[in-house]
This record gives sequence, C-alpha cells and structure tokens, in this order.
Amino acid sequence: MSSNLQLNSEGKLKHFLTLEGLSKELLTEILDTAESFAGMSDSQVKKVPLLRGKTIVNLFFENSTRTRTTFELAATRLSADVLSMNIATSATSKGESLLDTIRNLEAMFVDMFVVRHAISGAAHFIAQHTAPHISVINAGDGQHAHPTQAMLDMFTIRQIKQDFSSLRVAIIGDILHSRVARSQIQALNILGAAEVRVIAPKTLLPAHVESLGVTVSHNLTEGLKDIDVIIMLRLQKERMTSALLPSESEYFKCFGLTEDKLKIANPDAIVMHPGPINRGVEIDSKVADGPQSVILKQVSNGIAVRMAIMAMAMQTSAAAPGRSAIVGNN
Amino acid sequence: MSQIHIQNGRIIDPANNIDRIGSVYIADGQIMSVTHEPAGFTPDTIIDAGNQIVCPGFIDLSTRLREPGQSRKATFKSETVAAASAGVTTMCLQPDTVPVIDTAAVAELVKDLAEKTGYQQIYPIAALTRKLEGIELSSMLSLKQAGCIAVGNASQPVQNLLILRRAMEYAASHDLLLIFRPNDYWLGNKGCAHEGAFATRYGLPGIPEAAETIALSHCLELAELTGCRVHFGQISCKRAVIKIHQAKKYGLNVSADVAIHQLHLTENDIQPFDSSYHVLPPLRTETDKNALRQGLASGTLDAICSDHQPHDMDAKLGAFPETEPGISSLETLLPLMLRLVAQQKITLQQGIAALSTNPARILRLNSGALTPGFTADVCVFNPELNWQIDAESWQSQGLNTPFWGQTMTGKVTHTLQAGKLIYRQGE
Repeated sequence: MSSNLQLNSEGKLKHFLTLEGLSKELLTEILDTAESFAGMSDSQVKKVPLLRGKTIVNLFFENSTRTRTTFELAATRLSADVLSMNIATSATSKGESLLDTIRNLEAMFVDMFVVRHAISGAAHFIAQHTAPHISVINAGDGQHAHPTQAMLDMFTIRQIKQDFSSLRVAIIGDILHSRVARSQIQALNILGAAEVRVIAPKTLLPAHVESLGVTVSHNLTEGLKDIDVIIMLRLQKERMTSALLPSESEYFKCFGLTEDKLKIANPDAIVMHPGPINRGVEIDSKVADGPQSVILKQVSNGIAVRMAIMAMAMQTSAAAPGRSAIVGNN
Repeated sequence: MSQIHIQNGRIIDPANNIDRIGSVYIADGQIMSVTHEPAGFTPDTIIDAGNQIVCPGFIDLSTRLREPGQSRKATFKSETVAAASAGVTTMCLQPDTVPVIDTAAVAELVKDLAEKTGYQQIYPIAALTRKLEGIELSSMLSLKQAGCIAVGNASQPVQNLLILRRAMEYAASHDLLLIFRPNDYWLGNKGCAHEGAFATRYGLPGIPEAAETIALSHCLELAELTGCRVHFGQISCKRAVIKIHQAKKYGLNVSADVAIHQLHLTENDIQPFDSSYHVLPPLRTETDKNALRQGLASGTLDAICSDHQPHDMDAKLGAFPETEPGISSLETLLPLMLRLVAQQKITLQQGIAALSTNPARILRLNSGALTPGFTADVCVFNPELNWQIDAESWQSQGLNTPFWGQTMTGKVTHTLQAGKLIYRQGE
C-alpha cells in the first residue's frame, strides 16, 4: 500500500514518503538524475527552469536547519517558488490541525509539500488526504523514515565506492529512535549491499531489528571488522535521562568512533554522519575532520539529490523536460 | 405479559448441554420450557426459526457506548440498535466515560439512559479508583447499590501496587468482581503497536507482551493475597494465556476474556499507518493469535468480548500514533465467532458459550442459558447468511472497523431481551 501510494498508475514517483516498496531501478534513476544536477552545482549557472511556476511549501513541524535549507536551495535551483513554514505542533488534536493546515495551504494553489513532522506516519497521512495533484516529500517523520537523507547518503557512497554489491556497511548508534537509519537500511538492502550491520547497545536497538534485514553487533571493536562504510548516528542528550544509557562518557568509550577504532575497519573505509555531529560523544574530532570523513560531502550532495527527487515527483503532474534537458544545461 | 413461541430452530444451549431442533416457550419475560409446551400456553407471537440457530442472547463484558460525555462518537440510541441487531442482550459498560463512572450519580445516569433507550440490560462497571487515577478508592459499595455489576479501571493501569491491593481487598469485602485489563504503565511506554516487526519497521513506539504479563502476574498474586474475584479482560498474548492456565490449575478464582478482533488479526494484517487497526492491547503475532484461539478452545479463556469502541471520524483521522485506539466491533462479534467455527478452531457450542453462558457465570446473572425461570434473552441467527459491511448494513455510529467492506457470514434475525423482541431482521 505504501508503495502504491507513492507511485502513479505508470509506476512513476508521485510522492516520496519511504523507500519501502521502491525498486532498485527507481533508486538508481534518482541517483543518476542527481548526478546530472550535481555537475550543475559547480557551474556558473546554478538554475534550471524545470519547476518554473510551481509552488513548493516546506512544512516543518519540527525544527531543522540543514534539511530545510537544502530543500529550499534545491527548489530554488529548479526555479520553483518556495515558501518555508515552521509550525510548532500544538499539544492537542494535532491530527485535526494538521489536516486543517494542509487544506488551508492547498487553497493557495500549492504543487508540492515537503513535510517534516515529529510523528511517524505524518507524511503518509498528508499524502493520503491532500488534493490529488499535490506531491508530498517526506523530510523526516517521527522515527519512521527520512528517505531523502538516505538517498543522499547512497549518492555519496556511490560517488566513492561505485558499486554496492560488495559493500559492508555499519550503522552505529541510536537505531531505535532513528528515521535516518531505517531509511538507510532499506536503501542499502534495495541497492544490494553485501551486508548491513547495526552496532549499538540493546537499549538503542528496536526489539525486532533483524526483521529489517540487518546483522547485529553490540561491540564496536568486533563490529567494525571488514566494514567499508561507517555511518555514525547522532546521540540525543535525552537518551541519558530516559535510562537508555548511563553517561555520554561511557557511550563514547564503547561506541564512540576514534582513530584507533577506525583502524579496525577496512583501510579505505569512509566515515559518514547525517549531522549535526556531537564531537566527543559519538565521534572524535580527529575522525570527523579526518581524511576518511565524507560528512561535508554529504551536505553538498543533499541539494542535488533533493533536486532530483523533487523534479521526478513533479514530472508526474507537470510535463517537465526529461533528463536530457537537465544535462543540456550543464 | 406476552407469550412467545420460537419453533423449528436448532436450539443450542451449552449450559444445559442441548443441541437439537425444537421449540422455546417464553412467557412473562422468562424461559418457560425448551422441552414441552407448557399447559395453557397461548402465544401471541410465533417465530419460525427454520434453518436457524436459537441460543442464549450474547453478554458483552466490555463495551463503550460513549455516553455520557462523548455523544459525538456514539450514543445509547445508536449503539443499542447495533447491539440488538448483533444479538447482544446484555452489555457491561467500561467506566471511562466523561465524567467517569466513579459516583453513584453517574451510575444512575447510565441506568436512566438505558431505561430511556428501552434497552434494559446495560450494567455499568464502576471505576476502581476515583477518576481512574489509581490514587484514591471509589465508593464501590454505593456504586454497587446504584447498579454497577463489577469494578475496574478500564484501560488505565493502577501504578501503585499497594493501592491496587487495597482496592482489591475493599472490592472483596463487598463481594465485587474486579474486571482487570493487565497493562503495566511503565512497560507500556505510551506505545501504540505491538513491539514487533511492524513497530520496528514503521518507527512506532512498541508495547511488549511483558507489559501485559507482568501486570497480570502482579494481579494474580494480589488475587491470592486478597481473595478478590478477578476477571481479566482483553488478553492479547500467548504468555498471558499460559499464566492464566497455570493460575486456574493452581486453583485461583479467576476468569478471562479475549476481544474478538484479537482472534483474527495480527500485526501482519496492519496496512501501513491505517488507523482502523490502531487498538489496545495491540494486535500481536501469529503465535499469539493461535495461542488465544487454543486458549478459547481449551477453556483457559472463558469468554469473547467485543471491546466495542466506536469513534467519530476525527478520532481516527491523523498519523497512526496520534489517533485514538479502538475498533467498533459489536456487529462483527457473531460473524467473526462463526468464522472461527468454520475454520474449526472452536466448536459452535464453545463459541456460543463464550458469548453467553460463560459471561453470565462470571457476572452471576440468571441468563446466558435457556433454563426455565431464567431471563428470556434469546438470539436467533442464520449461520449461512452472507452480508456486506457497508453504510447500509452498519448500525453503529462508529464506522471504525478494519473489516469495512468485507463480507461476513452469519446474521442475527431476532433478538429477545427479557422476553421482549428488540430486533427483527428487516424492520
């Protein structure tokens, strides 16, 4: 159902809510399209007229600087009109106000919603109830999914490693609360990575994490063996107050990525982090700023990947030019 | 008062071990006979139950009619029509109304509403603690005298075990039955789905089985300590079934029920973020479902309840965790029970007993059986009739069922409550 909801009758992307149910071909198409946009970012002319006349509303019910700004830049470079709204969630009857907010904005002839919300399933809900011509992009919902972040991570991995089939990827940290991790795991499995390994204490893993298609380790030293890609997750401070962890220092001792630990992984392993990073909590500064880190590359790739996803989702409603037109602007 | 003759039906009365074609004779609101025509019997109504099943009316141990306080969701009027059409002749109302049924005045208001609706057999369950907060005891004796049939804390856990102990002691002093849904507040962790593959995949806060089994274990210990009669409501997992089996074998005076949807649905059936599947306790695994079915067949679980929770549209309109839990389920009670019979999980006699005989025994009612002198609560149903759940057939104001649009087999044709015909198909 979730996949049907995202695709139109021709199997083209209509909404982008989750990676679940999407094909390897579609994910590869997103990465290829993003590649053509990425080349464009370096050139003098950074804009293409693909979404000229379209109105995109960034609906952020939860704060975010990085994701929101890259979405804004991506939309601007596609020549769309962009409106960003930060909406604090009210404590009561969020469902009703959420729907009312959407209805009100629809009345302003919006073409796309980019939604971030603290509750899992919020983007699905909006996609189900919004007007049929509107596309919905999930910019992170609760602990469920953050598919554009996962795709920009895949893009970064592919830039460096080319092929997924031989890759062993470790995701380290708070998997339980991470929508990024859930989407990364789905993306890596769809793209055919050799192994996706999660490394965390039991308190930071969902109860049935193996059902996501991963192997599990509770020990960073053992878990990093043979790993080609290391993805660190941000550790929220509130995990300490909810008795999931004893202290930041103990966490860093067990699961923090240091230069020594990094040596256990394959020598050409890359280090990723969706940001913002906690230096000295999940990652040592020497690693974060070191030669194997691709953290800033991830940020710049965010724009191209989000441009690709927005352009593809809008192609179903607009007769936008194909990829050749995009490449032609290069 | 009127005399009614139900003839040619297949009479199934588990309490009296009857399963044969015959007649039921009713007069003055009571069962007169199921064996012979009483002398001087002159029926003013004859019901031909040819090719149909005649059994005791159903007794629902957990229902919410949403009045007082939430009539936008449902009303006594709308839900008693649904109940009558589903063969349900007695309902126990959970105390989580607005205001809570924690004073005699609210209990009397509920009885008045029942009276005005013309559906007599509605029994409020009194709140175990004031406002269901788990802090102070409610006035249980006054509530009993105002017509409450049992005490319970609805879906709200009593966090402090000392308070639960005292509440159970006090209930036992007045020979009140405690209807208890085992659910540990802390382990429940404000979850909205079973802590399994579904919750993991969709990033939903999960509720482990241990939230149920630990609360169950606590309550079993306190049942022994206090001597309180306890009925466990809406059991949802295998380990809880095992614990209840052990407790019964050990000799504790406890009973248990399961909500009808738990016998058919699991987390695998949930469509992503479809709020009609949002129910508490949550839909669990295939293993749990099978254990619940076996528990019913073996008698470890005594009864099936509807756990009817009608909702308005807005309550179910939102992202899954933000919607209100509950399924509107009175009208699927019989067909889903019959589905278990068709799948040979239980016998028809067991299914009928779980809906009538056994709840009557738990509540100590003179009904749930076709014994002469008992209240004439009778359900006549066609076990073969197919019908579709749609806006035309559905009676409850709550449209929140995951079975919407499906075809059900088995439909009630007549319902008698205390000898009064409260439902006849097509009228």
